Amino acid sequence: MITIIDYDTGNTRNVKNALDFLGVPNQLSADPNEILMADGLILPGVGAFKKAMDSLNERGLAPVIQQAADAGIPILGICLGMQILFDTSYEFGESTGLGLIAGEVVPIPEDLGVKVPHMGWDQNRSRKVDPLGDGFDEQFSYFVHSYYVKTTSESIVSTVDYGVQIPSIVRKDNVIGFQFHPEKSGAVGLNGLSKFKEMVENADYSRN
Amino acid sequence: MLAKRIIPCLDVDHGRVKKGVNFVNLQYVGDPVEIAAAYQQQGADELVFLDITATNEKRKAMAETIRKVASQVFMPLTVGGGIHSVDDMQNLLKAGADKTAINSAAVSNPEVITAGAEKFGVQCVVLAIDAKWNSARRQYDVYVNGGRQQTNLNAIEWAKKGVALGAGELLVTSMDKDGTKSGYDIQLYKQLTAAVNVPVIASGGCGQLGDFVEVFDQADVDGALAASVFHFGELTISEVKADLRKDGVIVR
Repeated sequence: MITIIDYDTGNTRNVKNALDFLGVPNQLSADPNEILMADGLILPGVGAFKKAMDSLNERGLAPVIQQAADAGIPILGICLGMQILFDTSYEFGESTGLGLIAGEVVPIPEDLGVKVPHMGWDQNRSRKVDPLGDGFDEQFSYFVHSYYVKTTSESIVSTVDYGVQIPSIVRKDNVIGFQFHPEKSGAVGLNGLSKFKEMVENADYSRN
Repeated sequence: MLAKRIIPCLDVDHGRVKKGVNFVNLQYVGDPVEIAAAYQQQGADELVFLDITATNEKRKAMAETIRKVASQVFMPLTVGGGIHSVDDMQNLLKAGADKTAINSAAVSNPEVITAGAEKFGVQCVVLAIDAKWNSARRQYDVYVNGGRQQTNLNAIEWAKKGVALGAGELLVTSMDKDGTKSGYDIQLYKQLTAAVNVPVIASGGCGQLGDFVEVFDQADVDGALAASVFHFGELTISEVKADLRKDGVIVR
């Protein structure tokens, strides 16, 4: 069972629609037990970083997600859900994220002649071999964001070129992030969710 | 870099898809879910659903239509028509829409743009503008109520104001071109894209393959919307994209 973490953010319903369409067993939940007992977790997110972290903290979920990550449960963060996997964001002042991957969230520079938000279909380039990223090389996926992640090259699976190189897929062990919306990226996006499902099925971890 | 978007537009009346020609004559086309899925297959980058239902009571059907489409079709969905308030926006976003397009209500109550942007983010708020060239005043006038009522707004100035208020995208229909199949209104889009720094979607006038190349080559628009050329199979999206690719336009 994949648990989609339900914490009052925008795109939860569409993520569920995509998993249902793929026939992947899933549930929406904010219950710590259902999160810790899940085979895999999806952390969606739309909106502002601080509000999303506040929303997780109000439900006591930040330490639960950190515990799930430590236990090796595969976690997929989508869009803002990916950004809050990192240490710090500078959106509306400095806020602290989940700290599951080292890095920070900074504004997309507007002085490069690009429109912000970065909204639309952009082309992924693989930066390393990874089963989660391979299906995306050269493929377009759908992005909507004004901030992007700065992280070390070890964590970057693929990028898109938008004046700066924006990490589109990140990964540290069992923790994965898609900056784009796989649930809005047609067949390519659905394929990414299927790959995550495979990863969940093959995950090797023990619960204490 | 972002791909240029090709966007079919579906006119929906009480759950059924129709195509409005010059906003007046309607022809039946079909079931929204079926049509949306067919467009996904063809490679559409986004779908716009325009609610042309006459009464508010029947308009509730739109959220249900979007809910059905969003469970089968996985691309960005924009809904316009009859959206007056943040609550209207919320209902459609909850049903699975990604963006809401506000037209007449934004003219009568510009604060709704800001309220929507603050609540959902600028990316959810599309300002839809129906523009018509006024040769006496030498400007594009803004029309509301499905193109039936002229306002005293200048479309370029209104676009700038809308962006300042929080609109994250502009969907601009040329009333002079709509239904004519004589190509997009290049002058209008040149002026608009020079005036704002948010994505602009061109709408109205598309009749043949070359119209897409022309609008992307000559104006810095981000997307081109069309309805009847796609609905009646005169052009397919894949054929439009192949033609654009040949011309060096980045498409998905």
